[in-house]
Amino acid sequence: MLRLTPFTYVTPASVAEAVQLRKQYGDEAAYMGGGTDLLPNIKHRLAEPKFVIGLRSLREMQSIVREESGGLRLGGSVRLSQLEHSPLVRNEYPALADAAAVISSPQVRRVGTLGGNICLDVRCNYYNQSEHWRRAVGFCMKKDSEICRVAPGSDRCWAVSSADTVPVLLAHGAQVAVFGPAGERLLPLEELYRDDGLVPMALQPDEVVAAVRLPPPNGLRVVYSKLRIRMSFDFPLVGAATGLALDVDGMVRQSRIFLTAVASLPMRVRAAEELLIGRPLTDELIRAAGDQVFRSTHPMDNTEGSIPHRKRMARVYVERALRDFARANPDA
Amino acid sequence: MKSLFTLRINGEDRTLAFEHSKTLLEVLREDLDLTGTKHGCELGECGACTVLVDGEPVVSCLFLAVEAVGHDVTTIEGLQHGSVLHPVQVAFAEWGGSQCGYCTPGMILSAVALLEQNPHPSRDDIKEALAGNLCRCTGYTKIIEAVEAAAGSMTDGRRLHAQAG
Amino acid sequence: MPKPASATAPPDAEPVSSPRRDRADGPAQADELHIIGRRNLKYEHLAKATGGTKYTADLKLPRLCFGRLLRSPYPHARVLHVDTRKAEAMPGVFAVISGADLPERYGIMPSSQDETAFAIDKVRYVGEAVAAVAAVDELTAEQACNAIEVLYEPLPAIMSIDEALDPEKPRIHEDQGGEGNIHKEVHLEFESPEVGFAEADHVREDEFFFEGNTHAPMENHAVIAQYELHGKLTVWSSTQTPHYVHRELSKALSMPTAQIRIIAPPSGGAFGGKSEMFSHEVAAAALARKAGRPVLIELSREEVFYCHRGRHPVRMRIKTGVRKDGSITAMHFQSWLDGGAYGSYGVATTYYTGALNTMPYKVPRYAFDGVRVFTNKPPCGPKRGHGTVQPRFAIECQLDKIAEDLGLDPVGMRMRNAVDPMSGTVNGLRITSCAVRDTLRAASQRTDFQARFRKLPFGTGIGLASSVYMSGAGLPIYWNPMPHSGAMVKIDRGGGVAIYCGTTDIGQDSDSMLAYIVSEVLGVDPIDVRVCSGDTDLTPVDLGSYSSRVTFMAGNAARQAAEKLRDLLLDVASERLETPRERLRLGGRRIYNRDDTDRAIDFIEAVQAAEARFGTLAAAGSYTPPKLGGKYKGSGVGPSPAYSFTTAVAEVSVDLETFELHVDKVTIAHDCGRAINPMIVEGQIEGSAYMGYGEAVMEEQVFRKGLHKKPSLLEYKIPTILETPALESIIVEGPDAEGPFGAKEAGEGPLSPVIPAIANAVYDAVGVRFDATPITSDRIMRALDRAKREGRIAEPAALAG
Ligand SMILES: Cc1cc2nc3c(=O)[nH]c(=O)nc-3n(C[C@H](O)[C@H](O)[C@H](O)COP(=O)(O)OP(=O)(O)OC[C@H]3O[C@@H](n4cnc5c(N)ncnc54)[C@H](O)[C@@H]3O)c2cc1C
Ligand code: SF4
Ligand code: FES
Ligand code: FES
Repeated sequence: MLRLTPFTYVTPASVAEAVQLRKQYGDEAAYMGGGTDLLPNIKHRLAEPKFVIGLRSLREMQSIVREESGGLRLGGSVRLSQLEHSPLVRNEYPALADAAAVISSPQVRRVGTLGGNICLDVRCNYYNQSEHWRRAVGFCMKKDSEICRVAPGSDRCWAVSSADTVPVLLAHGAQVAVFGPAGERLLPLEELYRDDGLVPMALQPDEVVAAVRLPPPNGLRVVYSKLRIRMSFDFPLVGAATGLALDVDGMVRQSRIFLTAVASLPMRVRAAEELLIGRPLTDELIRAAGDQVFRSTHPMDNTEGSIPHRKRMARVYVERALRDFARANPDA
Repeated sequence: MKSLFTLRINGEDRTLAFEHSKTLLEVLREDLDLTGTKHGCELGECGACTVLVDGEPVVSCLFLAVEAVGHDVTTIEGLQHGSVLHPVQVAFAEWGGSQCGYCTPGMILSAVALLEQNPHPSRDDIKEALAGNLCRCTGYTKIIEAVEAAAGSMTDGRRLHAQAG
Repeated sequence: MPKPASATAPPDAEPVSSPRRDRADGPAQADELHIIGRRNLKYEHLAKATGGTKYTADLKLPRLCFGRLLRSPYPHARVLHVDTRKAEAMPGVFAVISGADLPERYGIMPSSQDETAFAIDKVRYVGEAVAAVAAVDELTAEQACNAIEVLYEPLPAIMSIDEALDPEKPRIHEDQGGEGNIHKEVHLEFESPEVGFAEADHVREDEFFFEGNTHAPMENHAVIAQYELHGKLTVWSSTQTPHYVHRELSKALSMPTAQIRIIAPPSGGAFGGKSEMFSHEVAAAALARKAGRPVLIELSREEVFYCHRGRHPVRMRIKTGVRKDGSITAMHFQSWLDGGAYGSYGVATTYYTGALNTMPYKVPRYAFDGVRVFTNKPPCGPKRGHGTVQPRFAIECQLDKIAEDLGLDPVGMRMRNAVDPMSGTVNGLRITSCAVRDTLRAASQRTDFQARFRKLPFGTGIGLASSVYMSGAGLPIYWNPMPHSGAMVKIDRGGGVAIYCGTTDIGQDSDSMLAYIVSEVLGVDPIDVRVCSGDTDLTPVDLGSYSSRVTFMAGNAARQAAEKLRDLLLDVASERLETPRERLRLGGRRIYNRDDTDRAIDFIEAVQAAEARFGTLAAAGSYTPPKLGGKYKGSGVGPSPAYSFTTAVAEVSVDLETFELHVDKVTIAHDCGRAINPMIVEGQIEGSAYMGYGEAVMEEQVFRKGLHKKPSLLEYKIPTILETPALESIIVEGPDAEGPFGAKEAGEGPLSPVIPAIANAVYDAVGVRFDATPITSDRIMRALDRAKREGRIAEPAALAG
């Protein structure tokens, strides 16, 4: 049986105490939401924390509440299954419920949390392997070696941002409430991510993702589509969140397109977004936006599936979503 | 670190000492001798280790035993009342829902949780509920039939008894 | 024990189709069968549903400690030095062993004695065992393994069939096989195929590739070994062949078999992946002997991928000649098998890629060339349908092409060529019962195949294929004239019946099968029966749960044993009832007069009278196949006392934008002779079809940089409940005269036609052929792009480019 390495588990009574404990134990400590990412990583000896700070039972991080703005505040320890089934989320941010519902398996979704999904370690099929396997391949830059096995000439790590909810949150323009030693700060979720597999998050090690704040949709509709080989268990090979708001006259007022599983960060396709703004959703425009998505997508060969198929699907998913929007707004 | 904890397993309080880094799967199988809970990957990738925590199926291989403190844990051993089996258990046996039987405890627990929530599931509901349980033997067909039969028998109010022995 | 009453059985208890159902064999007439043919509950059926079944790793022994194997990080390297001293000195470590401790060579085939428990001079694949540790817990064992120092000198790795065929490349085994890295070469020719090709109106040559894949049973292999000071070793192992482990372990440990006891607890799936001895089994035994305490080794999922012995990747070339009417005049079949690093069952596999190609269609002239090569990957071996699944894929896809070339209906063409009952093949195989035509009819009618084939809208398709499989091999793996299966039956004076048989229940319900057969013969209820199986100390030898031999062979052995006791009971009953024996029947725990059923005595009464008269009621039975097979070298692979036949129809749809392939439904008609329990037979058919589906569309054991690319259940795709197609099984019964109550196999045969049926359906859907497995979205995308570029498909509108 794969075993965890020994650690002491601590349960803080508040987020503030969690941060305090993290400071106290230093880099020997790790936060844990549900542990569905952290524990496999420990079993693969990718991490060996001596202290695990449990966040899942923190009341203040467990709720989904309506904000004054009319948006929602989702606690960092909200479980994926809650996102999937919450009527508030389902009705107002259906793509978020959809994205949560296609993560892994029902049993994992009941354990995994939103905070953990936001902070999900970037993935690579040279990296998410046992110690024996990684030793056999000669380890890699992300752990225990200097070389990237996917792109041996490269001086960076190309591990893949693989969270399903994140592109949807980003398409909705989510903000994130980060709690650190200096208290809570609010920043756009987008600013949390860096295009670097080694340090994929602009989060201080002792900071906690306490909550996500979703602005009211204001006419913005988001569609999430995910490519995977099986309908359950599988991480995305590509995932596309396509967000669009149309004017009364059918012109695109707002567009936000984010892809997961094609880069080390959830990738925004600005060129496609800009193309759409102020225009009616014609077949040609949709096609052109799809071209942009296709051209901007450069997956590496470190996930399942093939690069050409993943690239093509990025385009297909965005185009499909746009066609759906166009159909739903026949005046456009 | 090893500490003393009280876990509520199948309705019984069990006080025992274990390492914080032990998963619920390990404590059930190794410390409590509840070997009905199986494992095929220990990474959340197969569902063989499914148990119910507060009535909800979770992967016990990615669930720390310490985090189960204060919650109700149900394993396959906890489904029967005395010699009276849960209708889903009986239906699996009657409909050929198990072959090697290794996925069966997890499957049954996922199915029991489903029927608790939704006594009249459609075929798609059943598939969704069992989407986290791999079976390599049956092709799932007889498993689906067993769950449908169990749903039928539960709503019929039929009590199913295991014979003594 | 619960009541196995058929009263609680599901409603539609009749087998769906039974063309010759009433032609029963043996003394009991079909209409008088009490147990056989019904949806009886399975033996110990509630244990699995209550967590009560004890698999190997569930067993607890006092002072149990934990073993772990150190495995090679190199695909090919010389082992210069192994230093275990640091590991031995660690607290909590009880024993450490490595190659030097166990130098004896072994192998499942007598001709391939090429393995040792641990690598000695060389490692030949990533994951090969190099040393092992027993320690107080698994973490300590892991640390101790990390403390073992091994000095390797890496060698170039051979990772493909082409590299292995290159005589310039370094050799993986200096002392095995032929030139380069060829392990085995076979050349057979029957009745001058050239003549047949000359007679043909149409000759087609095609190449196919079948990707390797693995069993992935849900239970990882586990073993517990206990060595007692008086020199006896007991090993509990999740194996499907305790007899072979018994033999091989004795060799590997240099210990007499008489002192070794192998127990095979119920196994959490096997599918061929647990059918020979593995390093961890030797390791547990040797560690237990050295540590003086019982040792448990549970493999991780990754290690199971290294054990492998799964489906060989096979490249195939077929040349087939046909007349205008579709009848086959000749076939030349060539196969190249990527065997991995060791022999395993590979010699047999090589033959199997050629042996059953002369069925289920008449092939009057036939040639076969097979080559198996060594590569630096985990050894390949037998997986469900051993060696016949790959050629079946090739042949059935080629037949679909030929039918199209000739403008023939694929069902009609298969009907025309189908082999006949009580016939033979050009390569000397004996065919007895055979309902292949019935399976073709049943599957095509149920799916309305002919009306839909080539007529569905672009993107949806239907395809068909048929196949054949064996009910056990006619010859044993190691040559010997002894029975292939033995069983003992004992009747207690209280009426309880015990069966002792070396079979192992790997989920195929062989324990149930034994209980049904013996209950039928003795007229008791299966609930009265206890089955003790898979224990080399207590049970007579059965060769193992592989090649679909158990129902046929062990079933016959148990039947024979039970019949001996039945005859004693009839003796006393006949006297008591003053009725001639021929009129007596057994059933419902009574022995009664067929013509006057009230004239009866209770089973127990008969038992006690018989015991008083004859002494303890115990008898042994055994089964040895008749002499089968031709008189040429290699004729030992392929013969079977009976063959099963199957036809599968697949219905698919392809998303023309995402290239996702959905297999919506698979309908499988299978000729199993007689269904001893239709529910169990359906389960075997459905499980086989499921596995075939996985192999067709997603499963692949592939390598990158010398390493397994997908060593986990997340990456190695086994289908979940969500994408698994609807499966409909149709049992076709045509009782076999030699099978127990007419039964033949059902556990493997239904797999192979599913794969070509899906490939043929995909062609029907999108007009593009897939001559390699698995048929992934990526491949569909590339093929459709190409076809579109070349103007070969008419419906490109929906295809995004
Ligand atoms: C078989 C399997 C399949 C999976 N498939 C998918 C999939 O398809 N899509 C997908 O998106 N995910 C998938 N996952 C990953 C995972 O289950 C989810 O991403 C889940 O949301 C992670 O949440 P968690 O709470 O379990 O994370 P944890 O493991 O608890 O944490 C993940 C990381 O985030 C840190 N962290 C956790 N919470 C916080 C917080 N509040 N603040 C700061 N840091 C924090 C932890 O220190 C850790 O480094 C899969 C996992 C498994 C085992
Ligand atoms: S992308 Fe390169 S460096 Fe990063 S995890 Fe993969 S192999 Fe390692
Ligand atoms: S053991 Fe496989 S999911 Fe837990
Ligand atoms: S019955 Fe064997 S894995 Fe499901």
